[in-house]
Amino acid sequence: MSAELFSVFYQFADVFAFLILSAAGLAIVFGMMGVINMAHGEFIMCGAYVTVGLVNLGVPLPIAQILAALTAGIIGMVVELLIVRRFYKRPLDSLLATWGLSLIVTQSMLLIVGSAVRGIGTPEGSFAIGGYTFSTYRLVLFGCAVAVLAGLYVIFMKMRFGVIARATMQNAAMAKALGARTGRIYSISFGIGTALAGLCGALYAPTMTLIPTMGATFVVESFVTVVIGGANVLLGTAPAAVFLAMIRMALNASYGQIIGQIGMLFAVILIIRVLPEGLSSVLVRRGR
Amino acid sequence: MLKLLDGPQTLGRGRIFWSCFLAVLTGALIYPLFADSYDVGNFAYFLIWIFMALGLCLMWGYGGMLSFGQTFFFGIAGYGYGVLAINMGGGTATIAALVLSVIIAMMAAGVLGYFMIWGGISGIFFGIVTLSATLVLAFFLGQTAGPEWHIGPARLNGFNGMKGMDPLTVGSFDIEGSALYYLMIALIVIVYIALRMLVNSSIGNVIVATRENPQRAEMLGYDVRKYQLLTFVIGSGLAGLSGALYTSWGQFITPSSIGLPAAAMPIVWVAFSGRNDLTATLVGSFLLLFGFQTITVYSQQAALVLMGVLLLATVMLAPQGFVLGIGKLVVDWWTRRRRRDEAPALADAGRLQSDGT
Repeated sequence: MSAELFSVFYQFADVFAFLILSAAGLAIVFGMMGVINMAHGEFIMCGAYVTVGLVNLGVPLPIAQILAALTAGIIGMVVELLIVRRFYKRPLDSLLATWGLSLIVTQSMLLIVGSAVRGIGTPEGSFAIGGYTFSTYRLVLFGCAVAVLAGLYVIFMKMRFGVIARATMQNAAMAKALGARTGRIYSISFGIGTALAGLCGALYAPTMTLIPTMGATFVVESFVTVVIGGANVLLGTAPAAVFLAMIRMALNASYGQIIGQIGMLFAVILIIRVLPEGLSSVLVRRGR
Repeated sequence: MLKLLDGPQTLGRGRIFWSCFLAVLTGALIYPLFADSYDVGNFAYFLIWIFMALGLCLMWGYGGMLSFGQTFFFGIAGYGYGVLAINMGGGTATIAALVLSVIIAMMAAGVLGYFMIWGGISGIFFGIVTLSATLVLAFFLGQTAGPEWHIGPARLNGFNGMKGMDPLTVGSFDIEGSALYYLMIALIVIVYIALRMLVNSSIGNVIVATRENPQRAEMLGYDVRKYQLLTFVIGSGLAGLSGALYTSWGQFITPSSIGLPAAAMPIVWVAFSGRNDLTATLVGSFLLLFGFQTITVYSQQAALVLMGVLLLATVMLAPQGFVLGIGKLVVDWWTRRRRRDEAPALADAGRLQSDGT
């Protein structure tokens, strides 16, 4: 019995980790700047490629993953400086600009790198409970997702940067008047967002085939999680991921991945009819 | 009725504009007499996509709803046409398949639009939800390779796509080559004229008013949601028309014409052309399709990179669109020259609507 229970938890954890890791970066950028980064998938791809490249050079996997996240974060800050910064007053145009960027990056990668890169296998290691065998790496991913949420909690709730960031989020003009350097806050937030995207790619790199279009695998999940999560990462994205993971897990188990994805999309479309501002609006209102 | 052809919501009016229009139309009509049939077929191929671009122009430029789901409805109608044409048998039934598949796409737009518009989501989220639906449809169709995925005798065939449906046929006459070309020209003229009339009618005024300020339009007593849904259904239905025509043109359709990067193409055409005007979209989309096709022959990736660069450049340099911008420069220059010629100024400045975003 406990084996079945653990199996259910394991499947839930697997989907939950995927949703959190793919959505956290997008949610931070959206929450702070009201910008949806359409090149999110490409930052994930960047993280995955850097990881695999470094591992093939002989760097240990965890270090390669951290370096990959940092790389994505730095590239993100450059992109913010060159492109995104101009569009804070025109969120729809930022959508188009980042989408243009995404097209350029994906197709250039196809041109330069080609379609297939030698991957690295999923780290070995599995354990058995009852009659079932589970992969350890999937649990590591779940641990990372929880760690990301905890890290965000510390950054945004406990650190000075977080206080200023939240003030900027609520009222950028007022925060600026009080001396917050909102431009730098935006830049760092965008960097954190893309670093998390890079981390997502780095963590999933060992488990999937590396192709330049791999970002597309993640974007649906990250979009729908942010759509029903709303603007608040901790109070929106996390509950949204729990909720969607439950739907997805139930459907995945009985009907397979694609029906799970379709079911998740239908759930999201039904939810936006009722809660157009996302779960976080409800939770934040309750909290007051 | 005819008065609605010219109005505040569309650029270009008067004798000069319509003379140009007729000249271009005449050129298009006599083109097959000179060109060889391969080129005519290629031209018909460009024209397929124009409907989708005009639909997006209506939704985005006039209605203020940025839908990323044009290829979603393209795919629904494209696959719909295939399934229906195979199931109902070829012949004249293909015409019914075309009409029905467009209606199916419009019904899908009605349902999706209802949930989004009545849910009150707009702006960025409108784009993301439509794009999510598009990608999920593409993933779904991509994994339907097995023999269990069929509707009647129509196999969906997964990533390789569906094939084997008849082209549009009347009696025993296949509408292909130059016949298809003339059909496209006729449809484009009808759609273009009808859309011009729509946006200049009172309905169009409400659609534009909703774009400018939904609250204000609502305060004036209009149920803006109904107008938005109408816009969304028409715009998406036009994407459906493109899809059904595409399947009929090539007698195949694959999931890659739905997912990324295909979903970005209508956005690039319309953004580059100038979303606020139907004529600019018509001209610009055609030019881009022509250029894209020319480069694709050498390298598809390079063509797509160029599309990305164009999108980025448009947003950064000319948010209103390049074709529209150039068109306005020409018109301004023309008006100024005429003013200089005939001292009593012809108050023509008012014919350009304000940009408003």
